[in-house]
Amino acid sequence: MSEQPPATIEGTEDEPLDGDDPIPTPVSTGAGSVIRALEVAGVETCFGVQGGAIMPVYDALYDSEIRHVTMAHEQGAAHAADAFGIVAGEPGVCLATSGPGATNLVTGIADASMDSDPVVALTGQVPTAFVGNDAFQETDTTGLTAPITKTNYFATDSDSVGDTVGEAFAVSGSGRPGPTVVDLPKDVTNGPTEKEPGEPRTPSTYDPQTEADDEAVERAARTIERAEKPVILAGGGVIKGEASAELRKFATEYGIPVVTTMPALGAFPEDHELAMEMAGMHGTGYANMAITHCDVMLAVGCRFDDRLTGGVETFAPDAQILHVDIDPAEISKNVEADVPLIGDAGTVLEQLAAEMARAPDVPEWREQCQTWKDEYPMDYAAPEDRPLRPEFVVEALDEATPEDAIVTTGVGQHQMWACQYWTYRHPRTWVSSHGLGTMGYGLPAAIGAKVAEPDRQVVCFEGDGSFLMTCQELAVAVRENLDITVAVLNNAAVGMVRQWQDAFFEGRHSASQYPWVPAFDKLAEAFGAQGFAVHEYDEVAETIEAAVAYDGPSVIDFHIDPGANVYPMVPSGGDNGQFALSEDQL
Amino acid sequence: MSEQGPQQVNGLQGPAPEERPRPTGRRNSQGIRIDPEVEAEPEPRRTVISALVENEPGVLAKASGLVSRRQFNIESLTVGTTTNPETSRITLVIEEPEPGIRQVEKQLEKLIPVISVQELSADAIRRELVVLKVHGDEPDKVQAVTEMYDGTVLDAGPRTISIEITGDEGKIDDAIDAFQQFGIRELARTGQTAMARGDVWTTDIEEERYERMHEDWRKHDQQ
Repeated sequence: MSEQPPATIEGTEDEPLDGDDPIPTPVSTGAGSVIRALEVAGVETCFGVQGGAIMPVYDALYDSEIRHVTMAHEQGAAHAADAFGIVAGEPGVCLATSGPGATNLVTGIADASMDSDPVVALTGQVPTAFVGNDAFQETDTTGLTAPITKTNYFATDSDSVGDTVGEAFAVSGSGRPGPTVVDLPKDVTNGPTEKEPGEPRTPSTYDPQTEADDEAVERAARTIERAEKPVILAGGGVIKGEASAELRKFATEYGIPVVTTMPALGAFPEDHELAMEMAGMHGTGYANMAITHCDVMLAVGCRFDDRLTGGVETFAPDAQILHVDIDPAEISKNVEADVPLIGDAGTVLEQLAAEMARAPDVPEWREQCQTWKDEYPMDYAAPEDRPLRPEFVVEALDEATPEDAIVTTGVGQHQMWACQYWTYRHPRTWVSSHGLGTMGYGLPAAIGAKVAEPDRQVVCFEGDGSFLMTCQELAVAVRENLDITVAVLNNAAVGMVRQWQDAFFEGRHSASQYPWVPAFDKLAEAFGAQGFAVHEYDEVAETIEAAVAYDGPSVIDFHIDPGANVYPMVPSGGDNGQFALSEDQL
Repeated sequence: MSEQGPQQVNGLQGPAPEERPRPTGRRNSQGIRIDPEVEAEPEPRRTVISALVENEPGVLAKASGLVSRRQFNIESLTVGTTTNPETSRITLVIEEPEPGIRQVEKQLEKLIPVISVQELSADAIRRELVVLKVHGDEPDKVQAVTEMYDGTVLDAGPRTISIEITGDEGKIDDAIDAFQQFGIRELARTGQTAMARGDVWTTDIEEERYERMHEDWRKHDQQ
């Protein structure tokens, strides 16, 4: 906290003047033990919003070196922690009070759960004696979050609460990551204890398998060696498992084209000749051709979501599927695995590489994949006499920023254009809401990403509909002076809904078109950020340059072609190989 | 495109869907590759799953919430403590096709307080208890039927008689049928509890726990 007095008083005998490690305040309460547990876990930053039942924890935080970013809304705190977790690769921590504080976190926790992001949420709770009596700001937080957490805890006593927080941290970040919640009744945090929490530890009942069984590895290797049309489907688990290097090595060594899922953008460099980029509903035509026609699919760390598979009946229907996942429950959940390879992505890829005797002999298949790339280019039309094309804006921002810039997005058409037209080259540069599809994710995520990586550029794509859901977090970006660039692709509509209405609801635009939208450049300025508005092609480059150069948060309101739609498109439950290139093909 | 909507300039280049090659294979709705000629959906079967869990608050809610939110078809769920005060056993009877049964096992296994999960074999011991309250007009006949099913009369009065019957699911169903003639006023069934038959552990980890428990007892005795 920025205004806290120095922990040591100058000149007193028992306090060092120049010590690097200030002597930590001894734990005296449950709340102190909670904060100490975070410190022991190596937490340096957390995101949250104050409130009645969590006050003891915030009081203990006042004495800590941990940086607290005060968010405008608890949902923002959860998304910021989630993005922090994605970028940093360790759990992001968020705090909220009981009742509405906790319920506001719920969307962000559900988002983290769907995307297997490591997040630890600490929620205040009314004192234990009041629990169950419908007390002021009471809500059943563990009940609400049970289906959307890896696990959750209701703290029962001050002596053990620190270790519980440590366990929540350890569980969140290990194996398949995911959110955990610790609900903290006020009497537990206020209660006296001198118990120093130990190192974070997972419980004895949690022991994920990291190495695949030898026999399965052998079968998988033989299958890949004999494949005629092999494909690697890289999922988000490649990034979470820090297996990008192993993936790249495996793919190039054995000459196997790589398709990615949306969460895996950046897991494999998109400018690589073997890169087929993203598959699924709005994936590239060539990626969808490759997964539809492959005969062997090495799927690494993915869960075969319906947005990827389309109808499972037509998903990779000729392929033997070799499924690598650290979560056994993902094996054969949506699509049957011919060879289950349970384990850590990087470890299993290394096991496979060690077992492979030769590369599959598939020059024709690689040639075929290249032909598909030529046949289905992502080239869009951008007539000069029409309003700005969103694809052009995405490419211009990509060009104006370094390779390791981090992209965050909201949810909708803008998100798909950001997937399609930005070239991702590195893991942990893509931060988005994939599984839950949470509109408004982009700005709080940009805050979390920038706090995690202050030296890297952060670009946030938002739509006008999505941005309005969390734009109050601009106050936080200004307060913390976070140098982020927000690009609002403004088509005065909930564009993805409008696109679906055009395709599937006879163009009946029910509640999707906005007759009026705020001036986002002026809105930014009201918050103390820098605002820009762009209508013409010739303003794009110079405005981006000015926004990127501005040292602080900036918002560019791009007035894009309101008729722009996202293609290719596989309709919900459709056949990936039959993707539509325009509306008349739907 | 609608009249109120903006004019669109959309679309990408490439062969249209009907011009593209199509693969020959197909999967069923469960994502299993099939021969299109003999397409068959897997049949559901009824089975018993036993889970050893940490005895902590919320564990039953977590297990039952999991079953309901993933739409597993469940017949019954029972829970009770074991010889180890730190653990409980949950017994689930489910009716699912093979992939669903595997999912129930794996999703339960994922819950952090769950120690071990196992599907029991077809010959496992399965028992259920029912308490029936019938009209008391014909006590002799009620007594006779109760004896036929090795039951026990728990309570008998001028207006009602309450009976307990224990057995496997089929026996309980039959007994209920037999008592219908007296008019069943109320009925309560426990759902099945089950255990592996013979020298086989019901859930994998138990042998190790059993050894540890004995170790603790030995230490306790020595003190």
